[in-house]
Amino acid sequence: MQITVNVNGNEASADVEPRLLLVHFLRDVLGLTGTHWGCDTSNCGACTVWVDGLPAKSCTMLAVMASGRRVRTVEDLADGDRLDPLQEGFMQEHGLQCGFCTPGMLMTTRWLLDHQPDPDVETIREAVSGNLCRCTGYENIIRAVRHAAGHRAEEVVS
Amino acid sequence: MQVPAPFDYVRAATVEEAIDLLARHGPEARLLAGGHSLLPMMKLRLARPDTLIDINSLADLDYVRLEGDEIAIGALTRHSTVKDSALLAEHYRMFAEAESHIADPIVRNWGTVGGSLCQADPAEDLPAVLSALGATVVVRSARGSETIPVRQFHIGPYETRVQGAQILVEARVPVRPGAGSAYYKVERRAGDWGIAGVGAFVVAEGGRITDVGIGITAVGAEHFTCPEAEASLAGQPVSTEALATAAAICRDRCRPSSDQRGPEDYKRHLVGELVRRALVTAAARAEGREG
Repeated sequence: MQITVNVNGNEASADVEPRLLLVHFLRDVLGLTGTHWGCDTSNCGACTVWVDGLPAKSCTMLAVMASGRRVRTVEDLADGDRLDPLQEGFMQEHGLQCGFCTPGMLMTTRWLLDHQPDPDVETIREAVSGNLCRCTGYENIIRAVRHAAGHRAEEVVS
Repeated sequence: MQVPAPFDYVRAATVEEAIDLLARHGPEARLLAGGHSLLPMMKLRLARPDTLIDINSLADLDYVRLEGDEIAIGALTRHSTVKDSALLAEHYRMFAEAESHIADPIVRNWGTVGGSLCQADPAEDLPAVLSALGATVVVRSARGSETIPVRQFHIGPYETRVQGAQILVEARVPVRPGAGSAYYKVERRAGDWGIAGVGAFVVAEGGRITDVGIGITAVGAEHFTCPEAEASLAGQPVSTEALATAAAICRDRCRPSSDQRGPEDYKRHLVGELVRRALVTAAARAEGREG
């Protein structure tokens, strides 16, 4: 069926099967491979995007459900060459190793900072509890988010 | 790659249209709300509907509001809204406590109250909360509305009184001035299904229990509750002994099965302990001893 989704401010139309998942629509139809396709079971959070301004796991949403809605992906974070403060934070604090979970982590924590500009460690931990990372042990991810919130690493007590 | 089998997709703009579409598409049509239980089941072919009727546009079913002496919760209210509701927190703290254990924050953005009730997974948390509180649900069909006590709503695992062209539109929770409540759950890891979950509310006057409700999930408690334990507390003093006796009744009456989450005897022990803790905390909150 014909759908039109506003992705990162651009209207994207396509003829898709109702069973096509949003993550595959973004990656395979639109070529936006920043959104990662992970566990397929709404556990790992690598596929996290925003739908109508709310974080969603795009492996557990149909593309047709997003028709007429606004989707924001990790590609929308940087403004040209200027990185989002969170992306800077992940870079400065080594918030990633393999990078597979990073797009989901970024979209989840961007939403957090938009709603809570200076979250404490506990709040950040709770916010990313639906995003799994197998490399960092989360410590550097917490530091990265605190960095983006304007705190330096040495202030973080974990 | 996990992808559902093919199906047709339609959207409903109103409750009436959803009922009409259910009638038109027959028994193999399913309502699609958050989709966080249905879509995973479809990927695994545990569910294979011919048609999905998307009801996410029914914004008028997304509310938590006080109506007389009841709190009405719309079926399309998301878990995150329930968790953060000031109205629910004011009357029953166990809502936020239970919600904080349901999946994770992102899933809670989309999963709904109605979906949770109608999915009827035997380890679901909200049925236990609503069962403890003696809530009712409103089910609408082309013939009108029917109000059903939550304790009669679930027929068995994955089976409810919602049949054919019907839609659950609302849950209604009685307000009890002075009630204290609490929810406890043990899970193997954050966001996992519970090994056991227990919610309770207590109303006390002059050191005696005047009203009490217990909800239990994931351990085969019939209708997510234990009336015998509740009856044992009627008019009893708020005492360690009385609460422990009720907890022991729940422990003995539930019917957990041994599985990868633990053996039966462990789960029974857990139920006894969680019921005791929930009652102790609920009573303390009712008597203003704990915030």
